[in-house]
Amino acid sequence: MENLEQLVQDGLAAVDKAAGLQELDQVRVDYLGKKGVLTQQLKSLGKLSAEERPAAGQKINEAKVQVQQAINARRDALEQAAMDAKLASESIDVTLPGRGQDLGGLHPVTRTLQRIEQFFARAGYSVEQGPEIEDDYHNFEALNIPGHHPARAMHDTFYFNPGTLLRTHTSPVQIRTMEASKPPFRMICPGRVYRCDSDMTHTPMFHQVEGLLVEKNVSFADLKSTVEEFLRVFFERDLAVRFRPSYFPFTEPSAEVDIEWGREEDGSIKWLEVMGCGMVHPKVFEHCGIDPEEYRGFAFGLGVERLAMLRYGVNDLRMFFENDLRFLRQFR
Amino acid sequence: MKFSEQWLREWVNPAIDTQALVDQITMAGLEVDGFEPVAGRFTGVIVGEVVAVVPHPDADKLRVCQVAGGEEVVQVVCGAPNVREGLKVPFAVVGAVLPGDFKIKKAKLRGQPSFGMLCSESELGLSDSHEGLMELAADAPTGESLRDYLKLDDVSIDVDLTPNRSDCLSIRGIAREVGVLNSQPVEGPEIEPVAATTSERVEVEVRAPEGCPRYLARVLSNVDLSVGTPLWMQEKLRRSGIRSIDPAVDVTNYVMLEQGQPMHAFDREEIKGGIVVRMAEAGEKLVLLDGQEVTLDEGTLVIADHEKAIAMAGIMGGEHSGVSENTRSLILEAAYFDAITLAGKARAFGLHTDASHRFERGVDYNLARDAMERATALLMDIVGGEPGEIIEVVNEAEMPDELLIDLREQRLADVLGLQIDRTTVEEILSRLGLHIDKLLKNGWQVRVPSFRPDLAIEEDLIEEVGRIFGYNNLPVTEPMGSLGLTATPEATRPLSAVQSFFVSRGYQEAITYSFVDPKVQALVSPDEEGIELANPISADLSVMRTTLWSGLLKTVAYNQNRQQPRVRLFETGLRFVRRDGEIEQRPMLSGVVAGPQVPENWLNGRREADFFDVKGELEALFQMLGVNVEFRRGSHPALHPGQTAELVLDGQSVGWLGALHPQVQKKLELNGTILMFELFLNPVVTGYVPNFKVISKFPEVRRDLAIIIGNETAFADVERVVRNTAGENLTSVRAFDVYEGESLGEGNRSLALSLFWQHPERTLNEDEVHGLFDGVIGALKEELGATLRS
Repeated sequence: MENLEQLVQDGLAAVDKAAGLQELDQVRVDYLGKKGVLTQQLKSLGKLSAEERPAAGQKINEAKVQVQQAINARRDALEQAAMDAKLASESIDVTLPGRGQDLGGLHPVTRTLQRIEQFFARAGYSVEQGPEIEDDYHNFEALNIPGHHPARAMHDTFYFNPGTLLRTHTSPVQIRTMEASKPPFRMICPGRVYRCDSDMTHTPMFHQVEGLLVEKNVSFADLKSTVEEFLRVFFERDLAVRFRPSYFPFTEPSAEVDIEWGREEDGSIKWLEVMGCGMVHPKVFEHCGIDPEEYRGFAFGLGVERLAMLRYGVNDLRMFFENDLRFLRQFR
Repeated sequence: MKFSEQWLREWVNPAIDTQALVDQITMAGLEVDGFEPVAGRFTGVIVGEVVAVVPHPDADKLRVCQVAGGEEVVQVVCGAPNVREGLKVPFAVVGAVLPGDFKIKKAKLRGQPSFGMLCSESELGLSDSHEGLMELAADAPTGESLRDYLKLDDVSIDVDLTPNRSDCLSIRGIAREVGVLNSQPVEGPEIEPVAATTSERVEVEVRAPEGCPRYLARVLSNVDLSVGTPLWMQEKLRRSGIRSIDPAVDVTNYVMLEQGQPMHAFDREEIKGGIVVRMAEAGEKLVLLDGQEVTLDEGTLVIADHEKAIAMAGIMGGEHSGVSENTRSLILEAAYFDAITLAGKARAFGLHTDASHRFERGVDYNLARDAMERATALLMDIVGGEPGEIIEVVNEAEMPDELLIDLREQRLADVLGLQIDRTTVEEILSRLGLHIDKLLKNGWQVRVPSFRPDLAIEEDLIEEVGRIFGYNNLPVTEPMGSLGLTATPEATRPLSAVQSFFVSRGYQEAITYSFVDPKVQALVSPDEEGIELANPISADLSVMRTTLWSGLLKTVAYNQNRQQPRVRLFETGLRFVRRDGEIEQRPMLSGVVAGPQVPENWLNGRREADFFDVKGELEALFQMLGVNVEFRRGSHPALHPGQTAELVLDGQSVGWLGALHPQVQKKLELNGTILMFELFLNPVVTGYVPNFKVISKFPEVRRDLAIIIGNETAFADVERVVRNTAGENLTSVRAFDVYEGESLGEGNRSLALSLFWQHPERTLNEDEVHGLFDGVIGALKEELGATLRS
């Protein structure tokens, strides 16, 4: 039995010596395999008496377990080392920039339009579209701006021929929608509009959103609340809003809307004009076949670029249409 | 309308400062653009009297003057040509500070001591005039502060009036508003009839009464226009932005500013026979006061004598008949011209005058006689003369009707959202000059005065009440909730979804002008008929876009010229074409791609985008939208003939994808390959609602094959043959390799395909798949001449 002790010692030494998993497996085969030296020892049990056998068998099994445990431990160590080496070799510089497509962006006018549309969509307004090449009737006549009206001078109009023009506002969309359907109405009409004017503060094309609400019982007070709420939501702060009497041929009464925009040197509120609005003029209703005694309405209109400039601090209107990528990328 | 605050305060003088006054009228709807002091900041300037003038001993252009006004008579050296003995002038004494912080000190000019300075208007910030010293009236009180004497502590207020408020184009009108706002009475100068002292008269015949319902003329004989306009009047005109010309013109302008009635003065000697108000004859010529000769048409109302036109009525007088220094007898005109007759006329001749501005917006139709009397009296004070009687021709039938409007108390409350008490309403109306004719059971009957042509319906009165009551004093209701739920069809994807798709794939949205350069458009869209603007802003923005490429390609050039080689842009918007004489406006979706497909990176990011990159993006878009768009070989004049795909949906052409034609690219001075696409938006966003199909539990079978076919044979044809022959259980076909090489022979290429089959209810057996696969190979050989690659 000294032999067994020796075999175990040899086995453990071989396990320690094994440099890799394959070598280790060979040790397992050599000692514990079918023909392994320890397995062979079991065969010698036959030579022993029945009394001796159990004790001897137990010893051999203990020897096998001892070697097996050493092999297991060694395998874990070798596998761990192999994993560590693999991980080390797979290490990358995670601070290098990622690859692939970068992100584009919406035009700031679209971004602004979407915010405006979201507000009014929540208040139940539909979004209506219409032609940009319009006829004189829908752009002017139906909005109570007849041919001789001095208000036409307020609209520097692009013409194709005397009856055909580029719409100067999106109000004709309201007319078309009212003509095609029956009240009540809640709609906004966003879109491109055109005025024959180009300088530091005017571009010949710009965007407007005009809104219209027609119901049986609506007043100037409702208009005020809608406009005030919109402006506070849009600018995300509780700013002062004031309504100043003004004139639009298609609304009566009419108002310009000013918002608080900083302070004057003397500490008084600095006001900035941002919108126009009013109660729908009865003539406009009559043109659309709506009885102004039965229905009333309010309308409002705003310049999208102007709101975008205020919101994002853009200082030059013309940049909106140069489409300089260095400008556009600031809005993604 | 620009006016002097002091002048206004002569009529109504509320106890508020300038800023408060300006805020008040702005909030009443008369928007103040700005206000500015009527003179520069200066101190120590008095009325000086030049008592003696001698030449400077050592300088030709200088004079040595003795000037009274200060504590004692002092010597002042002066270079102005108009300095003379007896002249009263602004005198800046030693210690005075002139505008620009210019301090007046004792000085020596060419050896002569000088104690102070005699001033011109520009040196005091009164005007830009450098024409010598400012001459004060002979009776100006020597020694008095100039500021006090000329009442220079005044501001000019500039009001930007909306076109409906013609009544406020005068001191009288603005004073009325201020009176209402402050509940104060308004008082202007008394206007008394001036009795005729001669029988001199001019005959007036009105042949166009619809354009001129009322015309007044009066002769004023024996006048002396060589006397100057008094300084007080010049100053009021100046502070209202009007230059002094001569006493006759100044008085007509003065009355216009004060009362709102434009007037005109003719030289009596130049009028042949009498005055005729008529429409011009076609081709009739008239030289206007500004020296411009105009050719009139039958739509223009003129004032004529018995020979020819002498003025464009309500717009501008003629040069020939105008007054001059030598005029001895003049005719004053005050008329009511119809706004619609005059509308747009001035503009049509490139003119815009104070008179036309007022007449087009509507002048008080009962004002002419008062204005005539006022002008006569003012003029006689200055130039003397003997007035004849007023000749007035009125056509009552053509005069505006006096309007009566019912204002219902309930309607007022409904529209404004507030019940305003009756006394307040009545007070507002009557101070505005809106006479309450009758108290009605449910409101008021209001008589509209002749100076408010803008008031025609009940809503106009509601606005007046609301405006004076104050919009900001009206209530604010709770924000209005939603009317109800609006249904949006799920199959139609919103534009914002398409926009987000492109943004997430690295495209930047652009918004370009709808009018473009016709030269660029001719290159990219030669076959479409564009629509030209009659009055474009410039030649390169003169035609409506027939494709969004016109603007996008210019944007590519703009960015490439600014060191931005990688450009990926998309735009949505209308294009405009004329088709069969009709204007077609359809929403488009367009994009352009230039430069590397992905931003340059540390691995291999320099690869230029190619056709298939963009095609892949469009395919993904169509998947998102749920539309089955085919890419067919096509040809488009703007695109590379070998790299053009026509996009077809349900047999209809819906757009194009391709590389910009190299020749067009060169002409547009663009760099690198430019890929572009454009499609009609509406057909592709009208997609589908997903419809669930059971997922098969049985295995999918794959078979690969490689074939050699001619280059001319499109993959789409190969795919079609495969789909037609591979049976109903074919789930997909994929190309996994495309190869061209010498070994394949000239004009050939190799295509490697994977075919996938799956049965919904059972496992496909080997024989079935084999049979189908052989069928596909056979069909490819037979229909397309393909050979199997070994």
